[in-house]
Amino acid sequence: MALRPEQAKALIEMVMGTRDQEMTCDECVADIAEFVEVQLTGKPLSEALQAVQEHLDRCHDCTDEYHVLRQALEALAEEDGR
Amino acid sequence: MRAPRENAIWMRDLRACGLVQAEAITDLRGLLLRGLAKSFQARGDIDQAFLEDVVQQALVHILDHLDQFQGRSRFTTWAMAITVRRAMSALRRKRWQDVSLESMTEPIERALALDRDDTTSPAQHAEQHAIVETLRRLIEEALTDTQRMAMTAELGGMPLEEIARRMGSNVNAVYKLLHDARKRLKHELETAGYTAEDVRSAFA
Repeated sequence: MALRPEQAKALIEMVMGTRDQEMTCDECVADIAEFVEVQLTGKPLSEALQAVQEHLDRCHDCTDEYHVLRQALEALAEEDGR
Repeated sequence: MRAPRENAIWMRDLRACGLVQAEAITDLRGLLLRGLAKSFQARGDIDQAFLEDVVQQALVHILDHLDQFQGRSRFTTWAMAITVRRAMSALRRKRWQDVSLESMTEPIERALALDRDDTTSPAQHAEQHAIVETLRRLIEEALTDTQRMAMTAELGGMPLEEIARRMGSNVNAVYKLLHDARKRLKHELETAGYTAEDVRSAFA
């Protein structure tokens, strides 16, 4: 597997963007419901929810789950609005 | 059509007995199933039986863990988050079931070979190559075997949950392992004279 430049950049950005303290996946899961609701309303994120965004920037598993959750909630909201 | 339940009503009804609880469970099950079906409808590999199985497992978990709902979101959002996590976990397990960790952990010199991009000038490619080569050397020298194995598997696209399963660990421990590895590499790259800005401009 050879890295494309954008993959190399993403890897190095991830390394250089590492913080001393980062949220774990379980901590992210505990806050994800609140996070997605704030995202859907377009309100600014609190400092605590910023940590969720930072975790999502680094964790593919949690990012995938966030997108599926968001799609599900948007679909249900659309259904409610019919 | 009945008005949507508020959080407190969901909690009251799901903790009730008999018909009240049964009706609340039926409503919640329907909502979770509809949400999950809509979010997965573009995926051809998901069938109704899979969705119903996931929702049933999620419902059992939700009912067993009602005390963990802190009221920081709508109850249904919290319940949907649990259901999505179960669904994604099952899909990852299925998708990666035949892939071993060993097959994902090719030698780091191959895992970190940088492709030449036609739009990159020779000078820029040389700069990128130098950074990637430094990183490759640091991964070899500064990380433990376990960190190196997890990082290479992650680079290859294996989900952390699947890496954890193969290491007999859990996703939080693997995240922490990789976090410690990134911290070490960042420190070593900075010691080698690279700043975040240098790196960004080399790959801009």
